[in-house]
Amino acid sequence: MGKITVTTREGDDLELDLRPGVSLMEVIRDAGVDELLALCGGCCSCATCHVHVDAEYFDRLPPMSDDEDDLLDSSDHRGETSRLSCQIPLTEDLAGLRVRIAEED
Amino acid sequence: MDHYDALIVGTGHGGAQTAIALRQQGFDGTIAMIGKDNEPPYERPPLSKEYLARDKTFERIMIRPESFWADKKVDLLLQAEVVAIDPDTRTVSLEDGRQIGYGDLIWSAGGSPRRLTCSGAELAGVHSVRDKADVDAIMAQLDSGARHAVVIGGGYIGLEAAAVLRKLDCEVVLLEALPRVLARVAGEEISRFTESEHRAHGVDLRLDTKVDCLEGDAGVVTGVRLGDGEVLSCDLVIVGIGIVPTLGPLQEAGAGISNGVEVDQNCRTSLSHVYAIGDCACHANDYAGGEMVRLESVQNANDMATTAAKAICGKPEPYTATPWFWSNQYDLKLQTVGLNLGYDTTVVRGDPEQRSFSVVYLKEGRVIALDCVNAMKDYVQAKKLVEASAEIAPNLLANSNVPLKEMLCTGILLDPSPNDR
Repeated sequence: MGKITVTTREGDDLELDLRPGVSLMEVIRDAGVDELLALCGGCCSCATCHVHVDAEYFDRLPPMSDDEDDLLDSSDHRGETSRLSCQIPLTEDLAGLRVRIAEED
Repeated sequence: MDHYDALIVGTGHGGAQTAIALRQQGFDGTIAMIGKDNEPPYERPPLSKEYLARDKTFERIMIRPESFWADKKVDLLLQAEVVAIDPDTRTVSLEDGRQIGYGDLIWSAGGSPRRLTCSGAELAGVHSVRDKADVDAIMAQLDSGARHAVVIGGGYIGLEAAAVLRKLDCEVVLLEALPRVLARVAGEEISRFTESEHRAHGVDLRLDTKVDCLEGDAGVVTGVRLGDGEVLSCDLVIVGIGIVPTLGPLQEAGAGISNGVEVDQNCRTSLSHVYAIGDCACHANDYAGGEMVRLESVQNANDMATTAAKAICGKPEPYTATPWFWSNQYDLKLQTVGLNLGYDTTVVRGDPEQRSFSVVYLKEGRVIALDCVNAMKDYVQAKKLVEASAEIAPNLLANSNVPLKEMLCTGILLDPSPNDR
């Protein structure tokens, strides 16, 4: 099974199992990263699962929808490689993915 | 007798977030969460959507995996109900007679579904949508062939359930006692649009329709008799007519109660060391012009939980979070920001015919809330207008070619107060 690396707000790196078929948000949430609220449960209705994706991987992700793009605009911390982690379905070819939990809005 | 430094009653969004926020704030005392449910905390919104539709398994709607709670040293006392509170000895009594002491009590018990009072309400095949068990029972009935559903109540729960049941090829009649659906929560434009969408999806939606009683055979529901005598035959009834906040033990203990249990800006009840949050907590909300309101939403449960946790940890910050809400029906994404309580004017932005539009609610000329249908940009940009209670001309608001975020600047420029300084 591939791995992904998640950097918390405190700067800790967590190496997590890549579970194909679920979203990145679910893997982060299920790993006990409680700073990721994911309040809407992954239906792209809020922006509380915001992550910054390592630039190397950003272009390999599925494109973002207009809704995701608009929701990210609600964050004061949107960067060049911002994504909502609930909108990233995990597949084996994303092994090695690195993301950082976005700052609290 | 067991004792917990923080005893949380309720395992919904509010209860779970209280435990999480306490630990995040550095609370190192003992914590327990007591719940009537037999499952660890899970999300409720998907129950009437992805879970009922089987788009998501139960594991995927758990707020955190079960092991998380042990890792955070949060004891889960499931299938347990608090029946009494003694604020003097700081003790609660459970239904099974157990007593548990507390340092601080956080009441996050939510509510129970309002039941029909007519005859037949207790028949098998009649369901609420509040807990996993409710929805599991509906799914079991669908598995055994139920295909004729009557949904009683045109609120969000009823409408969401109707949308999923249509997707699952059930025949659905939806009954609303009032002249429009969502009457309690949305303006008429949203109601009419929602009604037409459901009808277009094949729901037999009936307004101004009273239920006389439910009919059954051998204890199982067979039909819904309407006020005019018509009987709708069915094998499944879903009742979505609101919730009754769970307050009994607080009331008996002497807490201030009105529409819910009254709390101050830090979620404190009138009882010492007793906090209340979420669906059952009545609080003065800035977005309701300071009126005491009770809000049934994930946002409210979550943010009040954080507010209570901070107060318990000696870092009180008043509850000022901007209200937001969402509902998904068919391919419609409805999102609300603000509270439309007391609105006097509505402005429609965009074209309902295009299935992408917003309704702006104004009170005395100021923007107090928006309902946005498949209109994410408006939803995102409206937040700042609502937070500023911006005064913007209705004809400008109605111009969907002008982004809402540009109106805020205009609004500030038009604000006469700088000249007064």
